[in-house]
Amino acid sequence: MSFPLLTATAALPAIGAIATAAVPAARRTAAKWLALLVSLATLALAVVVLVRFDPDGDRYQLTESHSWIKDFGVRYELGVDGIAVALIALTALLIPFVILAGWHDADPLETRSSRWRPTQGFFALILAVEAMVIISFEATDVFLFYIFFEAMLIPMYFLIGGFGDRAHAGSDEHAAAQRSYAAVKFLLYNLAGGLIMLAAVIGLYVVAGNFSLQEIAAARADGSLDMATNTERWLFLGFFFAFAVKAPLWPLHTWLPNAMGESTAPVAVLITAVVDKVGTFAMLRFCLQLFPEASEWATPAILVLALISIIYGALLAVGQRDIKRLVAYASISHFGFIIMGIFAMTSQGQSGATLYMVNHGISTAALMLVAGFLISRRGSRLIADYGGVQKVAPVLAGTFLVGSLATLSLPGLAPFVSEFLVLVGTFARYPVIGIIATFGIVLAALYTLVLYQRTMTGPVKPEVSAMPDLKVRELVVVAPLIALLIVLGVYPKPLTDIVNPAVEQTMSDVQKTDPKPDVEAAK
Amino acid sequence: MSATAVHSLWTTAADPIQKIDAPNIEYGQLSPVLIVIGAAVVGILVEAFVPRKSRYHVQLFVSVVALAAAFAAVVGLAASGYGTTKAGIAAMGAVAVDGPALFLQGTILLAGVLGVFTFAERRLDPVAHGNRVDSFAAQAASVPGSDSEKAAVRAGFTTTEVFPLLLFAIGGMLVFPAANDLLTLFIALEVFSLPLYLLCAVARRKRLMSQEAAVKYFLLGAFASAFTLFGIALLYGYAGSVSYATVAQVVDGTVETVNPALAGTMGNDALLLIGAAMVVMGLLFKVGAVPFHMWTPDVYQGAPTPVTGFMAAATKVAAFGALLRLLYVVLPGLRWDWRPVMMGVAVVTMLGGAIVAITQTDIKRLLAYSSIAHAGFILAGVIATTPDGVSSVLFYLAAYSFVTIGAFAVVTLVRDAGGEATHLSKWAGLGRRSPLVAAVFAVFLLAFAGIPLTSGFAGKFAVFKAAAEGGASALVVVGVVSSAIAAFFYIRVIVLMFFSEPRPEGPTVAVPSPLTMTAIAVGVAVTLVLGVAPQYFLDLAGQAGVFVR
Repeated sequence: MSFPLLTATAALPAIGAIATAAVPAARRTAAKWLALLVSLATLALAVVVLVRFDPDGDRYQLTESHSWIKDFGVRYELGVDGIAVALIALTALLIPFVILAGWHDADPLETRSSRWRPTQGFFALILAVEAMVIISFEATDVFLFYIFFEAMLIPMYFLIGGFGDRAHAGSDEHAAAQRSYAAVKFLLYNLAGGLIMLAAVIGLYVVAGNFSLQEIAAARADGSLDMATNTERWLFLGFFFAFAVKAPLWPLHTWLPNAMGESTAPVAVLITAVVDKVGTFAMLRFCLQLFPEASEWATPAILVLALISIIYGALLAVGQRDIKRLVAYASISHFGFIIMGIFAMTSQGQSGATLYMVNHGISTAALMLVAGFLISRRGSRLIADYGGVQKVAPVLAGTFLVGSLATLSLPGLAPFVSEFLVLVGTFARYPVIGIIATFGIVLAALYTLVLYQRTMTGPVKPEVSAMPDLKVRELVVVAPLIALLIVLGVYPKPLTDIVNPAVEQTMSDVQKTDPKPDVEAAK
Repeated sequence: MSATAVHSLWTTAADPIQKIDAPNIEYGQLSPVLIVIGAAVVGILVEAFVPRKSRYHVQLFVSVVALAAAFAAVVGLAASGYGTTKAGIAAMGAVAVDGPALFLQGTILLAGVLGVFTFAERRLDPVAHGNRVDSFAAQAASVPGSDSEKAAVRAGFTTTEVFPLLLFAIGGMLVFPAANDLLTLFIALEVFSLPLYLLCAVARRKRLMSQEAAVKYFLLGAFASAFTLFGIALLYGYAGSVSYATVAQVVDGTVETVNPALAGTMGNDALLLIGAAMVVMGLLFKVGAVPFHMWTPDVYQGAPTPVTGFMAAATKVAAFGALLRLLYVVLPGLRWDWRPVMMGVAVVTMLGGAIVAITQTDIKRLLAYSSIAHAGFILAGVIATTPDGVSSVLFYLAAYSFVTIGAFAVVTLVRDAGGEATHLSKWAGLGRRSPLVAAVFAVFLLAFAGIPLTSGFAGKFAVFKAAAEGGASALVVVGVVSSAIAAFFYIRVIVLMFFSEPRPEGPTVAVPSPLTMTAIAVGVAVTLVLGVAPQYFLDLAGQAGVFVR
C-alpha cells in the first residue's frame, strides 16, 4: 500500500491542532511556533501533492479508499482532480500567512485564571479549520464531504465569536455583543444550509444506494441510474442551497459582512479566502457532476442571482464606511463572478472560475491582511479615521495599493486573468449577462481607488502622524503574496495546465461543449 | 401442560377447570431482570439491617455489582445467540428474549450504572455538620423547613433508599421493552414508574419544587397508566387474549375465535382501534411526545438532577422499546391506521419541542424540551416500519442516553450558594472560568444538535435515512427544519458559556468525585466514538433489529 498522502495532508494540521491546544498556558510563544511549523509542513505536503499530481493522468489521483460506515454506504474515499489540487495548494499556502499575521491577535489582555489559554485555542482552531477544509477538497464520498463541510463550522464559529477585532468603535460590551451576534448568524445560516443539504444527502442515498461520487457520476453518465426530473431538481436545490450559503450568493450573503467585520483580519481571510471556497468548489464538483440536467435547468436563475451578487456587492462596497465590511462586500461581488463562471458552462468560464478562486484567495488575503495591520495601528475600522498614511508609512500604503489594484483586476496582476476568462466564457453563451457583469469591474475600480484615496492620500490626520511602517513580520506576510499576484498575473500557465483537464472533464459531465464562434453574427 | 389450553401466564389461574400447574420459567434467560430485582430486595434489607453509617457504601456496592452482573448476563445471552438465532419467548409467553430486548436491556443497564454513579456523588454539596451529603433529602418523610428536617440534617441522615428504588425502576425498565403480553407490559410500566415518582420527590434542595414535580408526574402518570389499562381491557375484549402473538393474529385475521366467552365483542374493530390508541397513548406519555409532553419540563426541572438524567435517558429507552414492540409485533396489521397518526405526532413533537425550547431560561427545562424534540426524531425512525427503522431507533436510543446522562451530570457541577445554578444567565462566561467543563458540555450540546462527528449526527442520520427509505420523506424535511431550529438554542448556550463575560457573582464549578467524573467521561467517550466510528454499534443494532413473534 502506498503512502496515504492525501490523508497525511489533512491529518497533519489536525494533529497539529491537538498538539497546539495541549501546550501549557505559560508557553504561549511555543504554541505559536508549533502552529507555524505545522502549517509550513502542511504546505510542504501540499507541494508534494502538487508535484505528484499528473495533469494528463486519471481524473482522480492519489486515491484512497477504505470502508468506514458500512450501514450508511459510506466509504472513506479521497482523490484529487486539478481543481482540488489547486485549492489545496491555496489553502496550505495561505494558512502560514494567516498564522503569522495573527501572531499577536490572541495574546491575553490580562492574566486570568491559569487554565484560560486563548492563544493556544486561536492557533489550534485555525489548524483545525485547515484540516477540515483540506479533507473537504479531497473527499470523493458525498457523506464524507458533508461531515467535514458541516464540522468546520464549529471551529470557525469559535474563531469568529471568541477572538474579535480589538479595534472596535463601541464599548467592550458592545463589541462582545456584536461579535457573538456575528458568530451566531454565521453558524445559523450555514447550519440551516447544511441541514437542508442533509435532507438532500439522504435523498441521494435513497435514490442511488451509495455515496461514492465516482460511482454515482458514472452511473448517471451511462444511464444506469435514472432520476426522475423532479427528484433530481429537488436534490440539486438541496445541495446548491448549502453551497450558496457558504459561497455566499445573494440573497444568502448577509452573514458574511458581519462575520468578516467582527473577526480579526486573519480570521476574515480564513473565512473568505479559504472556507468560502469550499462552497464554490462543491458546486463544481458535486452539483454539476451529480445533477447535470438539474444544473442546466437552474442555470438561468443562478446566473441572474450571480449577476445581482456582482452588482449589489460592488454597490454596497462603494457605500461602506468600514474597511473590513468593504472588503466583505467586494468579496460577495467576486463570488458572484466565480459562480457565474461555473454556471456559464463554458470551459473558459469554468477554468476562469477555478483560477478566480485561487486568485481571489491570494488578493483578498493581501488586501485584508494589510488592512488588518493598518487597523491595528490606529485602532479603528472606519475609513474616515484615516488620511495621508502614505506619507508616514509608505511601504504599508504601497502594499495596500497593490492589494487594491489586484482586487479591481488590474491587468498584470493575477485576478485579471481569471476575471477576463470568466467574462469571455460567459459572453460566449450569455452576452447580455456578460455585458452587465462588466460593470462590476467599473464599480470595483471605484470602491478600491476611493478607499485608497481616502485612507492613504490627502493631508496627514493627526492620529495617523506617528504611525509606524510595516514591521519585518508583517513584510514577511505581505511580500510573498504580492510576488505571487504578479507572477500568476504574468505567467498563469502552470496553474491553468493543472486546472484545464479537470474543467474539460466537468464540462463533459454536463454534456456541454463550448459554443462555436459565430462568425456570421459578428459581421 | 399443553400449550393450547394455557395461553398466558396471567390467565392460567383464571381458568377454573384447568388444574393450576407450576409455570415454566426460563431462569437463565430472565437472569438480568432477576438479578436486578433481587439486588433491589437486598437493598431494602440493607436499609433495615445495616447500620446507618455503612449503608451508603453497602448500597453503592450492591447496586454496581448487581448492574454489572446483569449486564454480563445480557452480554452472555447475546453471545450465546439469544439475540438472533435462539431468540424466543420466555416465561410462558410473558417475556420476549430477542435482539431488540437484549440491546435495550444492555443500554438501560449501562445507563443505570452511570445513573448510580451520579446518585452516589457526595463531593458537590458543601459538607454539612461534618457529613458529606448527596443530592437527596436527609429524610424524605420530614416536612420541608420543619424541625424534624433540621434534626435529620444535623444527624447527617441520607436517603440511601434511592439505590433500591433505582434498582426497582431499572428492573421494570428491563421488562418493559421485553414484555410480550399486555399485562406484563402494564406491570412493568408500574414497576418502573412508581419508584421514579418517589425519586423525583426527594431532592435535598428546593424540596417543595421537587415534591410538586413528583405530584405532577404521579397524577399525570396515573392518568396515563389508567388509559393504558383501559386500552388493554378493550384489546382483550377484541382479541380474547392479552398475548401479543394472539392479538396480532386476530388483527391479521388469521385466527377467528380464541375465547368463546367473548364471542360478542371479538373482532369488533371499534374496540381494536380505541384500545390500541389508548395503549399507544400511555406509551407516548412515557416517551414525552407532544401532546402528552406536559409533565416533562416541570418534572425534569424539579427532580434531583441525577434522577432527571437517569430518567431522561433510561425511561426513553424502555418506553420506545415497548412502543416498537407493540407497533411492530402486535399492530403491524393496523399499520395503515397508525402510521398517519404517528406521523402527525412525530411532526408536532419535533417542531413543538424545538420551538418551545427557544424561549426557555432554565437549563433543565431547556434539556427537557430538547428531549421532546428528540422523541420526535426517534418517532421518525419508528414510523419507517422496516428492520432498518428498528435498528436505527435502537442506535439512536443508545447514543442519546449517554449524551443525556453526561449532560445532566455536568449540570450538577455548576453551583452557587443555592445549590445547582440552573438559570441560564448564571452560565454566562463559564467557558472562561472552567474551560474544560464548558468544553465538555459543548460537546454534549453539539451532539444534541446533531453536528457531524458526534453520536447525535450518526443517530439522526440513521433514523432519517430509515424514514426516507420507509417512504416518509416529508418527515425528513420536517426533521431537518426542526434540527435547524433546535440548533439555535443549543448554540445559544454555547454562546453564553464562551462569548459572554463572566458575572462577578457567577456560579462556581464544583470538583466532583471520580464517580461523576466517570459518568461524564464515559458520556464524552461514547459520544465521540459513536460519532467517528459507529460501524460496530450499527452492526450490533442491525443484528438486534428483528423482533421475535
